[in-house]
Amino acid sequence: MTLLTSLARLEAAASGRARPLSQVRHRRLAGQPLVIIPLTLAGDPDTPVAAMTGTSRADQHLLAVPQPRDRDLRLGFLTGLAQIVLGYIASRQHATEVLPATRNHEERRRYADAPQILVPNRAARDYLGLLGRSTRFQRTDGPFPVDPAVPALGKWLTFFADSADQPGSALLADLTSLLAEHWASGQSPLEDASLAAQLAWIDPPPGMTGLQAALATEDPLRCPPAGPATDPGFDQAILEPLVRNYDRAAQAGSQAGTDRAAAEITSALRGQLEPTWNAVGDAMSLLRALPETAGAARRWATDRDSFTRFSSYIGDGGLPQPRRDHAATAAARLDRLERAQAAYDAERALEDPFILAELRTAGEAFAGEVVSAQPSRTTTTTAGRTILRPRFTVRTDDPVRIEPGRVLICPTRPGQRIRIADLPRTGTDAEVVLEVIQGMGTPAKPKPGAVPPLGELVSYTIDPGYWAQRDFPPVDQTPWTHGGPPVRQRADQAEEPQS
Amino acid sequence: MTSADSRLDRLRGSTPPLSHTARTVAALTANPGCARRALMDAAGADKAVIAAHVGFPQASGASQSPFALARGAIFETQVKTGGGADLIRLLRDRLRLALPEVSYSDLESVGGNTDRDVRYQRTRALLLRAARHPDQAGTLYDHPLLKLQVGGHLAYLEPDVVAFQIGGKFHVIEIKSFAVIDGQADEESVAAAAMQAAAYILALQDLLTAESLPTGAVSTDAILVTPENFSRQATATFIDVRKQVSTLRRQLARMTRIDLLLDALPAGLTFDLAPEPDGNPSRSPGDLAGALEAVPARYQPRCLQTCELAGFCRDEARAAGALTVLGSVVRDDLGGLDSISTALALASGSREPSADQADIARALRHARNLSNTLSGGAA
Repeated sequence: MTLLTSLARLEAAASGRARPLSQVRHRRLAGQPLVIIPLTLAGDPDTPVAAMTGTSRADQHLLAVPQPRDRDLRLGFLTGLAQIVLGYIASRQHATEVLPATRNHEERRRYADAPQILVPNRAARDYLGLLGRSTRFQRTDGPFPVDPAVPALGKWLTFFADSADQPGSALLADLTSLLAEHWASGQSPLEDASLAAQLAWIDPPPGMTGLQAALATEDPLRCPPAGPATDPGFDQAILEPLVRNYDRAAQAGSQAGTDRAAAEITSALRGQLEPTWNAVGDAMSLLRALPETAGAARRWATDRDSFTRFSSYIGDGGLPQPRRDHAATAAARLDRLERAQAAYDAERALEDPFILAELRTAGEAFAGEVVSAQPSRTTTTTAGRTILRPRFTVRTDDPVRIEPGRVLICPTRPGQRIRIADLPRTGTDAEVVLEVIQGMGTPAKPKPGAVPPLGELVSYTIDPGYWAQRDFPPVDQTPWTHGGPPVRQRADQAEEPQS
Repeated sequence: MTSADSRLDRLRGSTPPLSHTARTVAALTANPGCARRALMDAAGADKAVIAAHVGFPQASGASQSPFALARGAIFETQVKTGGGADLIRLLRDRLRLALPEVSYSDLESVGGNTDRDVRYQRTRALLLRAARHPDQAGTLYDHPLLKLQVGGHLAYLEPDVVAFQIGGKFHVIEIKSFAVIDGQADEESVAAAAMQAAAYILALQDLLTAESLPTGAVSTDAILVTPENFSRQATATFIDVRKQVSTLRRQLARMTRIDLLLDALPAGLTFDLAPEPDGNPSRSPGDLAGALEAVPARYQPRCLQTCELAGFCRDEARAAGALTVLGSVVRDDLGGLDSISTALALASGSREPSADQADIARALRHARNLSNTLSGGAA
């Protein structure tokens, strides 16, 4: 967190209402995202009890398991969920676009759309990954065969969970994290993990402060937790007795009895999920109202690329993702994530005044007025050539913490590169002497507007530079430090069926 | 009875002291700087009942789900079936422990007697005999009941562990029902299990020390037995709990110096609920809240997960405008400040900073100017 966000939290706590942070949206919100609200038994990773899904507020679908310990019922649930998720993915695989060949790439096709899964909170996001892990190795043959849709669901959920680690990816996102980028509540980040409490601060009911509304959400009877673990009080008072009724009816062999018990369980679970469903809808409306940046569309195109790649991997009968990355794969993935993070940070700084202001409080960017300029200053290279190197001075009261020599970029002159030539300080103010090193033209033909006129308010931040992909050795030449060349993919070894 | 003991008894009042489990002992290491919590724990006061009486009942989220309890019980029974046969196989296969023929001794009752003191004496006798004759090792002790000095009192540790001795060393086995998936488990669950194992190890060490036996005879590698992946099959892992043992030892030592905290209390202070014969508290909630406020707390948002009284302390911290309610990141960002209104006054310039506040005040004013520009308002 930066001082700017901390200050906003203070103001929110004092005023009783969340304070806006970034007012532009850096991630695509699909027109029809698939919302999934999973519920599972506490302490048990393999006993889903319910999932509420749907692609619009009115289209809500509930899958429920009347006895979570029953393997057949669990499989029925997973098959149902698989049909919904796979059907949704298939609906995004219709239209394609053709990308013409470039110097580095051949001509290729990619899907014009991509799926987007939204979940209420970070724990639900992690849970989808866990569900992917538990289903992708399940076998469709052998003594306990499952529907082929189940391992397919597992591979896709794993793909979504992996994408969610990619900075800026919008394929799978949780709403508490998205809201926290745009509003500072007057409570702690720990309490912000509750979607209902966060919404209470952003938009409290009339006559209530954010704090009062947030405290009211802590009562599990009035506001069932968003999960994925069910509320222990609900388990104790409602769910467990109902499941026992179901077991009794099943033992007595009464179809009518199990149907009735199952219907009761479903309706109890609906009561637990519906408030979160509405909260998800409210959160999405808030986020939709924020204008989307150009970068969001670019990153969505990257998401569509990876969706297209993974679709053809699955289409070619791709194996389930390995349980753990090979050391070399992990190193390449880490490199990819680091580059994505740097690019994401830099793009946001140029597109979002709030992010730029955050950088200014940290001294990694500055803004100020142009107080003097030498637009036609030239210098001579070691080869004896005269080149144009205009200089100008910016006065700022920002706490600049960038060492001279660093290359900078400017949100309003994106083609340009600037270098800090000198940084004398007077008290708390600084006068930054800047030299244009790219995008200024030649002594004979200076580029108009390359040097900002006196009095203009300008801002600069550090150029992240181009982070070239690192050269990794080919897989069959993996050094011993990273495990050596892989012996043989073992991902096809399915897990023992579970009882 | 020492004077500290009688003062703690007075502080708690007429209700009997809560007994500690490894879980509550482990929880003592969270927020060690909080005097309110230290005193209430040392006195064995029932924080949950007190919190409810002053208007902050715990949400049901604090209790455990019957499904989680059932899962834990089923897994434990399964691991221990056949006199621990599966458990022994696991220790041999997974941890490569060269266990000889092993017998199994359940200490949950002694000849049908479940009295805690009887069980403790029996546990003590068996473990000490094993420690003195390591060559005759080969017994799994299930439910060994140990004692630990907590805040000047000897507390029984209700066991859910198995202890055994091999190669002259005692090991502690914790059976937990959270899954280890691809060699990874939920960090918080593992941390809690490690801390609980540390409490048992500490109690074992104390038992040996009291008999002038070397504490090195207790292994600080606890053994965690958990379900593997998504199956019910058990797996065993060593976890090194040296750090947890020393943290806990330090924390318990600090609690024995509780008289320093007691000295600071107003005379006659008590958290007594003054229960009627039917068990309902007769103490006025306002009066009880006043007594709580007389002992300084150190609220932080993490308390919500570990302390039954957290709702009360959060409300108190909010009412006082304390910065800590916003979390540790904000507190660190505004190093040195502890009140929301002071920070805001420094940011708006309506308050002159003291010498040591000059830097943070300048940074806050700068941040506020930026924030005003962003929202289009005047500085």
